[in-house]
Amino acid sequence: MTGLWASIEALASDPNLRWIALGCMLLGLSSGMIGCFAYLRRQSLMGDTIAHTALPGICVAFLLTGVKSLPVFMLGAVVAGIAGTLAIRLITSRSRIKADAAMGIVLSSFFGIGIVLLTMIQHSGDGSQSGLDKFLFGQAASMVGSDVRLMAGVCLLLAAVCTLLFKEFKLLSFDPAFAKGAGFPTGLLDFMMQALVVVAVVAGIQAVGVVLVAALLITPAVSARFWTERLGRMILLSGLFGAVSGLLGAWISSQVSQLPTGPVSVLAAAAIFLLSVAFGSRKGLVVVALTRRGMRRSLEPAASASKAKEAG
Amino acid sequence: MNAYEEAAADRDIQDAGKPKRIVLEVAGLSTAYRNRSVLREVTFAVPEGELVAIVGPNGAGKSTLIKSILGLTPTLGGEAKAFGETIDAARKRIGYVPQRESVDWDFPTHALDVVMMGRYGRLGWFRRPGRKERAVALECLRGVGMEAFAERQISELSGGQQQRVFLARALAQDADLYFMDEPFAGVDAATEKAIVELLRKLRADGKTVIVVHHDLATVPEYFDSVLLLNVTVQAFGPTAKAFTEENLHRTYGGRIGFAGAGAAAAASGRQDDPAPRQDAVHTFQGGGRL
Amino acid sequence: MMDFWILLTGSLAAVSCAVLGCFLILRRMALIGDAISHSVLPGIVIAYMFSGSRDSILMLIAAAFMGLLCVFLIQWFNQRGIQSDASIGVIFTSLFAIGVVLISLNARQVDLDLDCVLYGEIAYAAWNTLEIGGVGIGPRSVWLLGGALTLILAVIGLFYKQFKLCAFDPLLAAALGIPAALFHYLLMGLVSVTTVSSFESVGAILVVGLLVIPPSTAYLLTDRLGRMIAISAACGVLSTFLGFLLAVWLDASIAGCIVAAAAALFAAAFVLSPKHGLMAGRLRRRRRSLEGAA
Repeated sequence: MTGLWASIEALASDPNLRWIALGCMLLGLSSGMIGCFAYLRRQSLMGDTIAHTALPGICVAFLLTGVKSLPVFMLGAVVAGIAGTLAIRLITSRSRIKADAAMGIVLSSFFGIGIVLLTMIQHSGDGSQSGLDKFLFGQAASMVGSDVRLMAGVCLLLAAVCTLLFKEFKLLSFDPAFAKGAGFPTGLLDFMMQALVVVAVVAGIQAVGVVLVAALLITPAVSARFWTERLGRMILLSGLFGAVSGLLGAWISSQVSQLPTGPVSVLAAAAIFLLSVAFGSRKGLVVVALTRRGMRRSLEPAASASKAKEAG
Repeated sequence: MNAYEEAAADRDIQDAGKPKRIVLEVAGLSTAYRNRSVLREVTFAVPEGELVAIVGPNGAGKSTLIKSILGLTPTLGGEAKAFGETIDAARKRIGYVPQRESVDWDFPTHALDVVMMGRYGRLGWFRRPGRKERAVALECLRGVGMEAFAERQISELSGGQQQRVFLARALAQDADLYFMDEPFAGVDAATEKAIVELLRKLRADGKTVIVVHHDLATVPEYFDSVLLLNVTVQAFGPTAKAFTEENLHRTYGGRIGFAGAGAAAAASGRQDDPAPRQDAVHTFQGGGRL
Repeated sequence: MMDFWILLTGSLAAVSCAVLGCFLILRRMALIGDAISHSVLPGIVIAYMFSGSRDSILMLIAAAFMGLLCVFLIQWFNQRGIQSDASIGVIFTSLFAIGVVLISLNARQVDLDLDCVLYGEIAYAAWNTLEIGGVGIGPRSVWLLGGALTLILAVIGLFYKQFKLCAFDPLLAAALGIPAALFHYLLMGLVSVTTVSSFESVGAILVVGLLVIPPSTAYLLTDRLGRMIAISAACGVLSTFLGFLLAVWLDASIAGCIVAAAAALFAAAFVLSPKHGLMAGRLRRRRRSLEGAA
C-alpha cells in the first residue's frame, strides 16, 4: 500500500512524468469522444487508415523542409490524412467499391508509397534523416516537454470542438439526409468531423504508434456503448474511459522499467472493454444471460398451462 | 374461370372429405431480441397445397418467424417440423426466398448464375453445377418471364426483375414447401401479376407456399389461409374465417392498413446502433404491440 | 538468379492474396487481413522466446494460431452486438499491444525487430535457402508460399460454389443446409495461412495491399466472379513485376513499390474501366442529359 502511494506521489511530483500523464489523459479523453462519432457512423477503422496515411505525409514534409521537427511532421501527417479521407470518399461515391475495401486500398497504397519514400530518403543517406520513422512507432515516454504540451493543447482543442458541435454531429451521424434537409451544411460538418478524426489520430501516433492509435478511437467508444443508449452519456463515458486508460498507461509504464506507455494504455482500454462486455448494463453478458433466463421462465408457465389444457 | 382456378376447383372436389396432409408444424416457437419478446409461443400447422399469408404490423416478427422456423436465428424454445421430420432433415424439400435487400446486388454475377445457386443444395459437397443445372435454371427463368435477362448483371435489373430472379431461384430448388419473405415488396404491377400466377401454379402442383405479406388489400384475393401475427398468433385459419375486421384490429392495435405500414417503413432502418434511432424503433413498437 | 527468386516469391504471395481477397471484399471484410497480420505478433514473440530463432516451424504454428484466435474473437464479439469493423479494431490492437509489451518486457531475450516483422523485406527472402542433403532447393519462402498457394487453390476449387453462395447470400446458404460458419472459418484460416507464410518474406503491408487492391481493381473490370478472381491474380502478378522494376529504378523498398504499382493499376481501372470507371460514368451522365435535352 505504501508502495502504491509512493508511486502515485512520484507521478504527481515528477514534472516530466506529470506532463506525460496529463498528455496521455487528454489524448485518451479527446480521442474517446471523437471515436464515438466514428463508431456510430460505422467508420471504426478510419483511425487505422488515417494513421497509415501519415507516413507519406511525414516523408514529404521532410523532403520539402529538410528538418526533423514535430510540428512539421504533424502538419504533413494531417495533410496526408485529409487527402486519404478525400480519396476514400471519392472511391466510394464514384464506384461500386464499398467503404471497407476503399479504406483498405487507401491504407495500403498510402503506406506503401510512404515506405518507398522512406527508403529513398534513407538510401540517399546523409545521416540526418535517421529516426524519421521513429515518429511512427510511438514513444510517449521519450517525448520532451514541448511535444507533450503541443499534444495536450491539440487534445483540449479537439474536446472543445466536439462539445461545441455536439448537436450538429449527433444529427449528422444519426440521419444525414434529415440534417441536409434541415439546412445544416452537412458537407462542411462531415469534413470537420473527418478533420477532427485526422487530428486526433496524428496527435495519438507519436504517443502510441501507427498500429495502436486506432484503439484510442474505437475501444473506449465500444465500451461506452455497453452502458448507455444516450449519445451524450456515451460520449462522456467514452471520454472518461479513454482518459482513465491514458492515465493508467502512463502510471503503470512509469513503474515497470522498459514498459512502453502506448501499448499499456491500449491494454488498459482493452481491460475496460472486457469489463464492459461482461458487466455492461446494456447488452452486457451477465444482463443478457439473466434476461434470457427470465424470459424462458416466464414462458414456462404458459407452456405447462397449454399442456395441461391439452391433457384436460 | 382460368386454368388455375379450374385446377384449384378440381383439387377441391377431389380433396373434399379427405383431410389434407400437414406439411408444416410449428409448436411453441419463441424468440427474443435482448429483453423483448419477438415471438411468443407461436403454434400453427399448415396443410399441403395451401397459399398462406403471414400478416402483421412492422416489428411483429414476421420475418423472424420464417427465419426461426428455418433455423437461421436462435430461438428460446419450441420446434418446427416439415413433412413430419426436423427442418434439417427436410432441407432439400424446402425453398426459401429471402428479402431482396438481404443481398448485395453489386455482386459480380448474372441472373442465370443466381438461379443456379438454387441447385447447390441438391448438388452435395463437391459436385459443380453443370449443363443440367444450367438447363433447369433457364427453364425456371422462363417460368418467371426472365429468360431474356439470363446473362444480365444482376445490378442492372429493376427491383421487380431482381425479385423474379429470386423466385426463379426458389423454383430451381424444386421444393415442396416454400417460404417467401416479402416477395411483393417494392415490385411493379407486372411483377406482382407474375408472382401471383407463379403462386397459383405452385399450388396447382400441390406445393405449399408461406408468404410474408404486407398489402392487406390483396390478402383475400391471393391467399387461401392467413396467419395474423403480432408477437403471438392473433388468428390463423382460412382467409374467409380468419381475415376479419376484428382480428385485424387486434393484430394492428387499432391502426389498420396502409397508414400503419407507412409509419413502420419510416421508423425502420438500421435497428441497432445509433442511440436516437433506437428510441424511435421502441416508440413505434410500443404503439404497435398493444 | 536472385531477381528470379524475388519475383517468384512476390508472384506466389500476390496470387494467393488476390484470390482470397476477392471473397474478402465481396463479404465486406477487406480489413480482416490487416487485423490478422498484426494479431500474429504475440504468437511470434512467444514462439521466439521458446525457440530462440526466427525460422522455426513453431513460430509459423504460433502465428497461424494467433491469426485464427483473432478471427474467432472478432466473430464472437460481433455476435454479441458489436459492429464487425469495431470488433476488428478492438481485437487486433489489443493483441498487437500484448505483443509489443511482451517484446519490451523480454527485450534482452527477444531480438525481434518490429520493422522486420511488419515491413519484412522481400529482397532478403531469397537468401534464406532450404537445403535437402546439402543441396539447395531454392528459398524457403518460395516453398512456403508455394505450399500456401496450392492449399488455397485446392480448397477454393473444391468448394467454389459454397464460398460463392456464402459470400452472395448467406441466408440462403444456411437455409440450404450449407454450414456457413465452417466456410467462414475455412476462408479465415486460409487468410491466416497466407498472412503468416508471407509476412516474413514480403511483409504485412504488402499482404494487406495485395489482399485488397488487386481484387478491387478486378471488381471494377468484370461482372463475373470467376473472371474477377483471374483478373485479380493477373493484376497481382503484374504489380509484382512493375513494382520490382520500379524498386530497382528508384532504389527503394520492393514491397512498397509493389503496393504502389498495384495502387497505380487500381487508379487506372478506377478512371478508365469501360463499365464502372469514372470516365464511363461521366459519359453515361452526359449522354443522359443530352437525351433529356433532346
